[in-house]
Amino acid sequence: MYNPFTLEGKTILVTGASAGIGREIAIDCSKMGACIYAVGRNAERLNETISQMDGIDHKSLVCDLTSRQDVNALVSELPKLDGVVHCAGIGQRIPCMLLDETDIDEVMDINFKAPVLLQTEIMAQKKLNKGASIVIISSIASWSPTIGNSIYSASKGALISYAKCLGLELAPKQIRVNCISPAMVWTDLAKKDGINEETLKADEERYPLKRYGRPADIAHLAIYLLSDASTWMTNSNIEITGGGKLS
Amino acid sequence: MEINEFIKMFSLQFDETDESEIKAETEFRQLDEWSSLIGLAVMTSIRKKCGVELDINDFKSVSTVSELFELVNSKQKS
Repeated sequence: MYNPFTLEGKTILVTGASAGIGREIAIDCSKMGACIYAVGRNAERLNETISQMDGIDHKSLVCDLTSRQDVNALVSELPKLDGVVHCAGIGQRIPCMLLDETDIDEVMDINFKAPVLLQTEIMAQKKLNKGASIVIISSIASWSPTIGNSIYSASKGALISYAKCLGLELAPKQIRVNCISPAMVWTDLAKKDGINEETLKADEERYPLKRYGRPADIAHLAIYLLSDASTWMTNSNIEITGGGKLS
Repeated sequence: MEINEFIKMFSLQFDETDESEIKAETEFRQLDEWSSLIGLAVMTSIRKKCGVELDINDFKSVSTVSELFELVNSKQKS
């Protein structure tokens, strides 16, 4: 059967694979034939992810991505990769007036520094195959402000800027780098964001397609970017928004 | 934290509202200056100063400053 989106024969690293969008990407990529290296902080939840995958050769790797030692050890265990999905991240709601240095570090360390330094280590240890695809999960928060979201938004904007430079540097090796910027997606991160569910449901109605995203909506776009269907696609930041946020 | 100290912390989140307008029995959502941003600032201050992470639904269940104070106290003890 003609299938340009297949991930057969590809080995893909997914961070943040123990929950939400990262978990869905890991599971769905396995269903498309990929061998998955799933990274997360919680062994039990990672194993839950693995148990929902198709195929048998997947690996779960418990790692604190903010620890240089952990990251170096993690990367040295990896085989050559055809894809990397940087999905691990946290949210935060603090008004600008009350931000302190710890608040900034907490979010920037996990959302920005960790993926950048993991990517550095992967390249330093020469773990990328020619033609590999790097996918970075950003957010429309990079340009769409909501109260209390300043550092999260800044971290996602920083990722987009970083990705564009990385894409330029890796293009000679036919390695592609793209960002996905979703609008609101129903995950635990969204539900624990300090906004009650009624408000979220009312907000959902403002979307032209009348719903927030599901993790699978994002996973399907990630599959496209990881597959050979997108070999002419690099340095893009794709917004996936249910029709755009109207405000 | 004593109630007076709590009221002071609460009042600090306002710019236009005089401290004297905010008392234990004040229904804070009725204050002209009240907004979701001030609500978030109050919740953040409670987390930073009292070490209590309030659930948004808990926060919505109270209407006066003293009820909020009691809620924070009960969470600190549990």
